[in-house]
Amino acid sequence: MDRQLLSGDEAVALAALHADVALGTGYPGTPSTEILETFSELGGRAQWAPNEKVALEVGLGAAYGNVRALVTMKHVGLNVAADPLFTAAYTGVNGALIVITADDPGMSSSQNEQDNRRYAIAAGLPMIEPADSQEAYDFFFTAVEISERWKIPVLYRMTTRVCHSKSIVVARSADGGAGIGGAASAHAPHFEHDITGRVMIPANARPAHRRLRAKLAEIAAWGESPEAAALNRVEPGSGGHSLGLIASGVSCLHAAEAAPGATILRIGLVNPLPVERARAFAASVERVVVVEEGDPVIADSLRAAGIALESKPEMYRFGELDVARVRRILAGDTSPEPAPARGKPPELCPACPYHTVYGTLRKHDCIVAGDIGCYTLGVLPPYEAMDTCVAMGASIGVGLGLRHVLPPAEARRVVSVIGDSTFVHSGISGLVEMAYNPPATGHVVLVLDNGTTAMTGQQEHAGTGRTLDHLPTNKLSIEGVATAVGIGSVTVIDPYADPEGFERLLLERLAAPELSVIVARRPCVLAAADIRKWEQQAADLRARAALQAAFDMPPEER
Amino acid sequence: MRAANSVGKVTNVVLAGLGGQGVIKASDILADAALRAGLDVKKAEVHGMSQRGGSVTSDVRFGGKVLSPMVPRGEADFLVVLAPSEVEVARAVLRPGGVLLSPDLVPEASLPNKRSLNVALLGALSQYLDLPVEALLDAVRAALPERLHEVNVRAFELGRTLAAQQVKMP
Repeated sequence: MDRQLLSGDEAVALAALHADVALGTGYPGTPSTEILETFSELGGRAQWAPNEKVALEVGLGAAYGNVRALVTMKHVGLNVAADPLFTAAYTGVNGALIVITADDPGMSSSQNEQDNRRYAIAAGLPMIEPADSQEAYDFFFTAVEISERWKIPVLYRMTTRVCHSKSIVVARSADGGAGIGGAASAHAPHFEHDITGRVMIPANARPAHRRLRAKLAEIAAWGESPEAAALNRVEPGSGGHSLGLIASGVSCLHAAEAAPGATILRIGLVNPLPVERARAFAASVERVVVVEEGDPVIADSLRAAGIALESKPEMYRFGELDVARVRRILAGDTSPEPAPARGKPPELCPACPYHTVYGTLRKHDCIVAGDIGCYTLGVLPPYEAMDTCVAMGASIGVGLGLRHVLPPAEARRVVSVIGDSTFVHSGISGLVEMAYNPPATGHVVLVLDNGTTAMTGQQEHAGTGRTLDHLPTNKLSIEGVATAVGIGSVTVIDPYADPEGFERLLLERLAAPELSVIVARRPCVLAAADIRKWEQQAADLRARAALQAAFDMPPEER
Repeated sequence: MRAANSVGKVTNVVLAGLGGQGVIKASDILADAALRAGLDVKKAEVHGMSQRGGSVTSDVRFGGKVLSPMVPRGEADFLVVLAPSEVEVARAVLRPGGVLLSPDLVPEASLPNKRSLNVALLGALSQYLDLPVEALLDAVRAALPERLHEVNVRAFELGRTLAAQQVKMP
């Protein structure tokens, strides 16, 4: 079979295709975005949801319908999806549901470095973690098998280095994919009523929680058994039994390179952990060290089970691990690390339409509740025109909170700034709050609508009116939503074409004790050419459909 | 089984530059060439912010058996830099005695197209690597649309020639 050089994201997409995944959904987020894009390019059915919660719910519904479903998101996306996730653990699924969480230790492109292995423990879900692209491909099939065997959603944790590093993948033969876990007919879509299993009123949820814990106990026993040998395995080193390392994910590879002599217990099933295998492993070596990125999840769990081991010093909780850091951990070195190279920071593109916006916000000393996207770069010099950035959609709620409590003179300077994709993701409920509990001084929400999810590489969203693969669909109107929820003043302006007009408008709306939404609309310079191409393609499709309709209709209806 | 000798000799290359210069394209080409040569290969970089004009680096490792995808600091055999401002930023990745290929090796005026500096520097790098030139050229062609093949193959040859002159210098 051919060797291919694939990123972890591409490898998962290929596995999803070969595993006959019927539907992939998610919300773009570095480093997970390329999974669904690649799945779509390979011919899979993939779509962007407005946010991760909706994506998970759509995937869950598909899995209730007996098919194999894939949901992708970055780590912080799982916070948004956590509500359905925890109860989906109770209801379980009929088909398979694989939920990918792409964590970002070191925060290469994120607002925090939360360790989502904690979610697997909290929700009571099995979690699989691959180390490289081959494992990202291979383990996906195991995830599907676990999901179908125990009728349970499976969390699939990747990290930035697994998602974006490329390594060699040998895929299963193309016809082998349809067969995993039985014939394709085994996951043909159909619905069976199961009211007590899926309607989580307390009377049904109480036994469901017990069922979940029983499933987890079975999966834990499976994880200890030779059946799970591909996931949890001991890789002997050249140095005999003097040093044993316990690692998961990409840390397995750093560990193997940093300590060529060490024997390594590689853990691919990070929840439930193979505690007894770890106990036997620890007993077989003279010194045992847990090498894991982020929180000490494995180390704490194994210690709680009474296994004596060493773990990393606290300073290595922060940031990614690499070979050099693993060497330091093994040497117990807690001396200050060399400062990372300080290169040129990213900045707003020279032709970004929002230079004017940030220049104006700065000029008038606005208090800017910001949001998540490349427009967050307005926080950097020369503008430094952003005061808060917390979570997707938070600009509106945070802006309103400031408006409610600040003295009027200050409150009138508060502006919420949010991008179009972020607005669709979770800005709409903020607008509802604004209309429902208006601050005395009013409020101004500035929606920077550049017609794309620019930050993550120009993905479509409901507001672009095009699907993941750029085909026309219903288009959400930002100004229409604002009007519908009860915002009194809704204006659309091109801040690039009319900077003076934009400044006048902003000052006027800030002075008025009213609720205002300003949609600053101008396509992203990086996306503009593509957007024109897709609009043309949509127009062609419409024309062709009209022609087709004219010819296909019976003559009497023409 | 992971024996000490199975790690083998791994060549570590770090490419550095600014967003938009084709750093990641160049590392894709180099990694593909190693794949074509039948070697184990991994590459790693952080993207996400890379389109926004900031510093970009990409690590490519190839040889008998590659473990970590990232080149450990101070262990790069080669550092290929596309932007003068990034030379000092990235220099710490090089091992003592490692080779720096900086953009001044290929004068912009001599390039058939200024956007092909990345491929020209790969041509320069090819003088030092134990990779078949044909594998590199095949990878260049596979990575670019056909209309750019000729100009990039010329850039590659230019870089290769310029590096040969430098290698000969004492």
